[in-house]
Amino acid sequence: MQLYRAHILVCGGTGCVSSGSKAIQEALTDELVKNNLDKEVKVVETGCHGFCETGPIVIVYPEGTFYCRVSTEDVPEIIAEHLVKGRIVKRLLFKAPVTEEQVPSYKEIAFYRKQQRVALRNCGHINPDNINEYIGRDGYEALSKVLTGMTPQQVIDDMKKSGLRGRGGGGFSTGLKWQFASNSPGPKKYIICNADEGDPGAFMDRSVLEGDPHSVLEGMMIAAYAIGADEGYIYVRAEYPLAIKRLKTAIAQAEELGLLGENIMGSNFSCTLHIKEGAGAFVCGEETALMASIEGSRGMPNPRPPFPAVKGLFGKPSNINNVETYANVPIIYLHGADKFASVGTEKSKGTKVFALTGKLRNTGLAEVPMGISLREIIFDIGGGIINDKKFKAVQIGGPSGGCIPEQHLDTPVDYDSLTALGAMMGSGGLVIMDETSCMVDMARYFLDFTQKESCGKCIPCREGTKRMLEILQKICGGNGVPEDITTLETLGAVIKNTALCGLGTTAPNPVLATLRYFRDEFEAHIYDKKCPAGVCTAMLEYKIVTDNCKGCGACARVCPVGAITGEKKEPHEIDTSKCIKCGSCIEKCKFNAIVKG
Amino acid sequence: MIKSPEDLKRLREEAKALTSIRAGQGVEIIVGMGTCGIAAGAREVMSAILDELSKREMSDVRVSQTGCIGMCEKEVLVDVVRPGETRITYGRVKPQDITRIINSHVTNGQIVEDLVVAKLD
Amino acid sequence: MANVTLTINGQKVSVPEGITVLEAAQSHGFFVPTFCYEKDLTAPGACRICVVEIKGMRNLPPSCVTTVTPGMEIETESPAVFEARKTILELLVANHPLDCMTCEKSGSCKLQDYAYRYGVTSPTRFEGDKHKFAVDDSNPYVFRDLNKCILCGKCVATCRAVSDRNVIDFAFRGFNTKIATFMDTELKDSSCVYCNRCVAICPVGALSDKNMTGKGRGWELDKKEVTCTFCDAGCKFDVNYRDGKVVGVTANSAASGRPLCLKGRLGTEFMNNPDKTALPLINKDGEFVETSWEEALGIGPIVEKINALKK
Repeated sequence: MQLYRAHILVCGGTGCVSSGSKAIQEALTDELVKNNLDKEVKVVETGCHGFCETGPIVIVYPEGTFYCRVSTEDVPEIIAEHLVKGRIVKRLLFKAPVTEEQVPSYKEIAFYRKQQRVALRNCGHINPDNINEYIGRDGYEALSKVLTGMTPQQVIDDMKKSGLRGRGGGGFSTGLKWQFASNSPGPKKYIICNADEGDPGAFMDRSVLEGDPHSVLEGMMIAAYAIGADEGYIYVRAEYPLAIKRLKTAIAQAEELGLLGENIMGSNFSCTLHIKEGAGAFVCGEETALMASIEGSRGMPNPRPPFPAVKGLFGKPSNINNVETYANVPIIYLHGADKFASVGTEKSKGTKVFALTGKLRNTGLAEVPMGISLREIIFDIGGGIINDKKFKAVQIGGPSGGCIPEQHLDTPVDYDSLTALGAMMGSGGLVIMDETSCMVDMARYFLDFTQKESCGKCIPCREGTKRMLEILQKICGGNGVPEDITTLETLGAVIKNTALCGLGTTAPNPVLATLRYFRDEFEAHIYDKKCPAGVCTAMLEYKIVTDNCKGCGACARVCPVGAITGEKKEPHEIDTSKCIKCGSCIEKCKFNAIVKG
Repeated sequence: MIKSPEDLKRLREEAKALTSIRAGQGVEIIVGMGTCGIAAGAREVMSAILDELSKREMSDVRVSQTGCIGMCEKEVLVDVVRPGETRITYGRVKPQDITRIINSHVTNGQIVEDLVVAKLD
Repeated sequence: MANVTLTINGQKVSVPEGITVLEAAQSHGFFVPTFCYEKDLTAPGACRICVVEIKGMRNLPPSCVTTVTPGMEIETESPAVFEARKTILELLVANHPLDCMTCEKSGSCKLQDYAYRYGVTSPTRFEGDKHKFAVDDSNPYVFRDLNKCILCGKCVATCRAVSDRNVIDFAFRGFNTKIATFMDTELKDSSCVYCNRCVAICPVGALSDKNMTGKGRGWELDKKEVTCTFCDAGCKFDVNYRDGKVVGVTANSAASGRPLCLKGRLGTEFMNNPDKTALPLINKDGEFVETSWEEALGIGPIVEKINALKK
C-alpha cells in the first residue's frame, strides 16, 4: 500500500462546496503534481467539519493544521510553504475572535474544544466515498459484533440500557421503539431512516449523510437485525443532492463488500436498502406522512395508533429513526451501552448535534454532551453575538419549538428541561437572536412557514395557523388590537390540543413561547404602535436629527425614492409619505444624524 | 467480499493505514526542509524515509517537515520523536542512513548514537 | 366478542371490545358531531370535530379513531371539548361564503347544524382571507363550489373506493389546500363518470346534484330504497319523492362497490320526460316517425312466422 506523509483534507460538505472547495481540491492536486509531491501527499475530500462559517476549510495532517477561508490563490503558497518547507501559512489560520490570536490546530479552536463528537465522529476525518476509510476507523465492527455474538433481544436490551432517545424531535426511547417493532408479529418488516430534515436552519442530518453515510447504514443494519426487518428505505429530501449521491455510493460499496444484501458477513441475516427521494414537503418528516409518501401517496399524516411499529409501511411493522439516531447506534455496540450512557444527564444520554445559525460569530454544527448549558453553546462554542450586540433569545427546535430568553440560558440542555421551558429539543436547530431581532416578527416568520407547509388535512392546523398568522401580520403591520393576544393564546391552545400530527400540535409553540417571555414586545406593537427592535417597518419612522446633520447630501443621493431633500450644508428633511423605510440613508450617514423609531 | 468477521478484521487492519496519519499518535519523524535542508538533499532523504516506511508497512509513523532551525551546516536534519521519550536530532543524514534509523530507533528504540547532534527533552 | 366497561359522561356502559369511542358513545345515545368519519368507508381522523376528553390522555383525542379500553373515562361534551369544537366551527365559518338561504344543502348541511348547535355567530373572531375559487359548473350533473368545501376528504375516499376511478385527491398546501382532479381541471375534463357518490356523501354544500337543484329542501323529500333494474348488478339506491313525484336518485351507501352509476341515476330524467313515447321512432326519408317494435328491431318476419306457427 502506498504511504503518504501528509494528507490534505478538503471539506466537501455542501457549505464548503458552495464557497468553492471543489476548485481548491483540483488546484491542490495540480499543484502537488507540479511540485512532484503527488506520491507523498494525498488530497482527500471529506464531509462537513461543522465550522461552516470559516469555509472553505482545508486541514493538513499529520500536524492537523486548520486553514480557513481558503481560496484557489492560496493553494501554491500552502504547497510551497507548508508541504515543501514545513512552514505553516499563518495568515490562513483561524483567528480567535477576542484575542485575535492565531490558532494553528484543529483541536485548539474554541469552537471544537467543548465539543464531544459521537454522531459526527468521522465527519471531516474520512473520505465518505471510500468505505475502507470507514472500516479503518472501526466501521462495521459493531455490526459484526452484533451479528456474531448477540441475539436480537440482547441488541434491544443494550439499546434500552444506553438510554438513547430519538434525535429527530420527539425524543422517544429508541430501545422501546425497537422493542415494539420487534414484538409485532410477521415475517415482513421494514426499517426506515428519516432523512427528510426540513426545519429552517437545521442541517445536522445532511452533514452526517454527506460526511459519514456508512455510520447511518450500519446503524440501520443493526436496527434491522434487532427488529427482524429485511428491507429498508432511506427517505432523504431531494434538496440534498450531495447526500443522495454519497448515500448511493455508500450503499453500492457496502453491497459489493457483502456488508449489505444477502447473508451479511456470511451470517443468516439479509437486508437490502433503498433510497427514496422526498417530495419536497416539510410534513413528510412526520413518520406517518413519510410512509404514505414512500407508498406513493400524497404525504399526509395519519392518526396514531396504529403506530408504525404495529402497522407501518405497506401495512407492515416498521421502525423509523432519524439520521442522527442511527449514526449513534454503532458506537453503542462498539464501546458498550454503559459507556454511552455515562455521558449526558439522567434522562437524556449521550451527545446532541446542534446547528448554530443566526446572529452569532461561529455558525456551524456543534456536537455537545447533553446537559451542557445553552450559554456554553452560544458563547463558548458559538463565540457570542456578532458586532457585540446584546443577546435577546434563542429559538430552539425550529418551527415546532420555542424561544428561550437570557434568564434561562444556564438551563442544562436536555429533552425534558427544554420542554419545561416551552421550547423543545426538536432536531436541534438553534437560531440566535440579538437586540435587533423583533420577537413578534420572528413568531410571524415561523407561523408563515408552518402555515405554508400544513398538509391541509386537519382543520385546526390548516385554518387555525392561517388565522394566527393573519393576527401576527396585523400586529406587525401596526394594526393590532388588545384582544389579539387573547385570541392568539386561546386559538393556539385549541390547535395544540386538537391538531392531527406533530406539525400541527407544535405549530403554535413559537407564538406561545414568545408571548410567555416577550409579552411586552407584543404590547409595545399593539398599544404604543412601536416595534422596539426596529424591524416592523410599518411602525417605523425615519427622522433626521437637525443638530447632527451637516447637509452633506449623502442620504439624499442614496435614497431610492427621492424622499430626502435639503439645501447644501443645511439640515435635510425626510418626507415620510414618500419614505419606504429601506434604511439606505442610515447606512450612508456618517454623522449619526438619521434615527428610526 | 467479506464473508466472515475475520474478513472484516483483515480489511480493517489494511485500511487503518488510510487514516492513521490523522489520529496524531505514534512515532513522528520530522525532516528539516528549509532551503538549506533541501540544498543538502532533504528531498532525497524524505523519499528514502517514505520508501522505507512503505516497505515495512509502518503506517502509524507520521512524517512531517519543518523549516530551518539555524543549524544549517548540519543539514539534512532528521528528528525522531517517540511518544514519552527524548526528541533526538540526527545531523548530516544521507538517504543510506535511513534504514538504520528506522530499524533501530523508530522500531526498537535504540538511538543511532553516531548520527546524533542533539537530544531534547 | 368480549365486552369492556367504561364510563361515558359519568354513566357506566358496556360495549364490545375493539370498537371506537365514537361508536361506543353513539350506541348509547350520546351526541358526537362528525365530518370526515363515514362508517364502512373512512375514518381519517382529519376534521377533529369529534374530539372528546379522555382522562389520562394528552390533548383531546378524536373519538372516531380511538379504540375503547376498559375503564376509560370519556367526556363527550366537557368545557374543553365544547370550546375546541366551537373554535373549529368558527374557523370553518370564517372561511365560508355564508349563503345559506340560497344554498342547495341548506337544511341538510352538517356545518349549518353544528354551527347552530355550538353557538357560533358571524362574524367570528377570525375574520380574514376567504377562498375565492371559481365554481365548477362545467358539466350537467355535479355542481362544485370549493369555497364551501371543508376538506373532510370523504369524496376522495368514496371515489377511491371504486376501482379504476380515483378521479380526485387533495392538492396544494396550507390554506390553499383543495380537492382537485388530475392537473386541477374542471370535472368535465377529468375522468369523472358522474356516478355522484361524492355528492351523496358531501356533508356540506360543496357538491350538489344539478338534476335535483331547486326541486326541494332535504326535509321536503321522501326517500324510498329501490333495486335498480337497468343492469344485472342490481344496486340499491334511494329514489327521492316530493309530493309523490320522483325528483331524483341518490346513492344510499358510499362504501366500496358500486352503489350507483350514471345510468341508474339518470333514469329519473327519462321517467319525467314529457316527450317520452311508448313506441320507437324510425328515420324514414329524413324524418322520425312512430313505428312498431317489430319494425324497429327488424324482427317483423320472425314474429309473423311465430304467429303463423301458433295457429
